[in-house]
Amino acid sequence: MELQIKYYGMLAEISQCDEELLNFDGTTGADLLHFLIQKYPSFATKDIKVAQYNQIIDLGNKITSSEIALLPPFSGG
Amino acid sequence: MMDKKIKNVFREGAISSEFIANSIAKHQVKTNIGAHNIFLGQVRADELDGKQVEAIEYTAHVEMANITFHEIREETFEKFDLTCMHIYHSIGLVSAGEICLFVFVSSPRRKQVFKALEFVVEEIKAKVPIFGKEIFEDTTHQWKVNQ
Repeated sequence: MELQIKYYGMLAEISQCDEELLNFDGTTGADLLHFLIQKYPSFATKDIKVAQYNQIIDLGNKITSSEIALLPPFSGG
Repeated sequence: MMDKKIKNVFREGAISSEFIANSIAKHQVKTNIGAHNIFLGQVRADELDGKQVEAIEYTAHVEMANITFHEIREETFEKFDLTCMHIYHSIGLVSAGEICLFVFVSSPRRKQVFKALEFVVEEIKAKVPIFGKEIFEDTTHQWKVNQ
């Protein structure tokens, strides 16, 4: 399926874009992360959270939204 | 008093002393309040390899962040006896020494506001998708991570 992936913070710096459309044939959040590490190897060293519908998912959960956010560690406040 | 509408917590750039003072002044009509507690997060000029942080540039997953702020508000109102609560966070560039987070809780009595404020600030640090880029005086940068 075609996913719109949005990158935030240091992840957007690595991908050099805020968002992109990618074809993804996996199922879970972990599959997606694995797929993106092929494209951006340095993602492997980062602590990344995957979010859909404005909620962080467990990596074992299924990707059901066509819009996914990739979030690095938070540093608000 | 619980507000169900999702508010925009973000303010472009630093949160000014005038804004904070006005916010305090607005509460003078709410005479059931007996205690306010305020947290101000300030950008620290950390040093790394002899270079100083000059500013932090904040970005965020704004939609998700506002929803998360809303959930934190709701949970705080459930846990503590508060009259009102206000949260403002900067987005964009904030220089060292300037305020980037303003949390304001009010209650009839003091004990609730001490506990509530700590809870809110810790929840914000842990749960809200905001990202700070620490910019050094030589324009290099590093990404801040909350401890």
